[in-house]
Amino acid sequence: MVFSVSEANNFIKALLDGVPQLQTIFVRGEISNYKCYPSGHHYFTLKDEGSALRCVMFRGMAARLRFRPENGMKVVAFGRIGVFPRDGAYQLYCSELSAQGAGDLHVAFEQLKAKLEKEGLFDPAHKKPLPRYPKRIAVITSSAGAAVHDMLRILNARWPMSEVVLLPVRVQGTEAPGEIAGALRYANKWQVADLIITGRGGGSIEDLWAFNDERVARAIYLSDIPVISAVGHEPDVTIADYVADVRAATPSNAAELAVPDRQELARRLKMLQTRMVRSEQKRVRALSERYEKLARSRVLRDPMAFIDDKRLLLDYTQKNLASLAQNQMAQREQRYAALAAKLDALSPLKVLGRGYAVAKSADGTILRAAEDAAVGETIEVLLGRGSLACTVNEKREE
Amino acid sequence: MAKTFEENLARLEEIVAALEKGDAKLAESLKLFEEGTKLVNDCGAMLDKAEQRVVKLSKGADGAPVESAFVSEE
Repeated sequence: MVFSVSEANNFIKALLDGVPQLQTIFVRGEISNYKCYPSGHHYFTLKDEGSALRCVMFRGMAARLRFRPENGMKVVAFGRIGVFPRDGAYQLYCSELSAQGAGDLHVAFEQLKAKLEKEGLFDPAHKKPLPRYPKRIAVITSSAGAAVHDMLRILNARWPMSEVVLLPVRVQGTEAPGEIAGALRYANKWQVADLIITGRGGGSIEDLWAFNDERVARAIYLSDIPVISAVGHEPDVTIADYVADVRAATPSNAAELAVPDRQELARRLKMLQTRMVRSEQKRVRALSERYEKLARSRVLRDPMAFIDDKRLLLDYTQKNLASLAQNQMAQREQRYAALAAKLDALSPLKVLGRGYAVAKSADGTILRAAEDAAVGETIEVLLGRGSLACTVNEKREE
Repeated sequence: MAKTFEENLARLEEIVAALEKGDAKLAESLKLFEEGTKLVNDCGAMLDKAEQRVVKLSKGADGAPVESAFVSEE
């Protein structure tokens, strides 16, 4: 009997389909060669030390995955084993995939994340602003280890004015979530600070697990005091990071976010001082320019010189006035002398002095012609010195 | 009670803004300048003098917090 290829494969297929154990089977193995096709179907190989099993997960099943399968991940796949007649190969038709070990944690993480997100614990509207200058900072972490020292060192360097209150807790192990959540509630109940930092240094996902605990997440959410989460290194993101008011990449980063930098503030202070001094200098300069302008006027620059000037002018004027008066006086005297001389020349006494005489009639009329006098009349003859009473004897008319 | 650093800084910023606006009278601006200088000094002193205080908190017998010195366990 000769089978065609199809007949052979279909025969084997029917054979396998008839084995109930292969219809509902759990297979444990490590994922390799994981591929997600544009069709939405996922293809991968499950392997252990000595063997490999081809697997397919159809789109509908793959969409329900709570984590993203990755190569190297240890998983338990559930499904049925059947033959794919086209390739003549059997494979696991996987309907569920669950992670083992770290994988389980991933699943739990995603589950809790989805649940809390749905409840609104990550709601940005719920996030509280941090105080700019915290007075007291509660640090909820292990009192041993680098994280607390990094934080204290940076807080001290940046802003030593903030008092630090350490609430020591275990940050890994089964007791850790309860202790962290308890410390968060305690800090709120007694209002020990106005800012909380909680976190720890880096480690494996198991080490950081306390910060993926629901109790811690809820305690952070219910805290009235703003909370900065500071778990592990940059790429590690925990549930606490989603709930916290501010997520810091590392404990050191949390300290930087918590307080201002005093050096920066000192610079700002210096700048404010410079601005203040400069604006006052500007004002003073403007005022002094105005003053200078006024002061340049001579009156204000040298008031005495101004007065002296006026005094000189006054003296000069006075002198002028005096000499003017003197001149005028001299001129007048000269004129007077001239007039006096003229007057003297005209005086009849002067003529009489030269031997002339003046004759007057008895009534005082000056006799200018012989006919003015009568014979026998007494006339007065005025001489240069004294006078004569004369009688007219004879008239000689011309 | 002494004003906080934050309040002082806010007041200083106010003063600088007022002085830069430049419409205060001379006497008034000198007063502002004086106040500003004092604030600069006060704030500077606050920045310089501060010394970090770290305490460890533990729950007392009655549940109230008890402070103790923090000794490094490293």
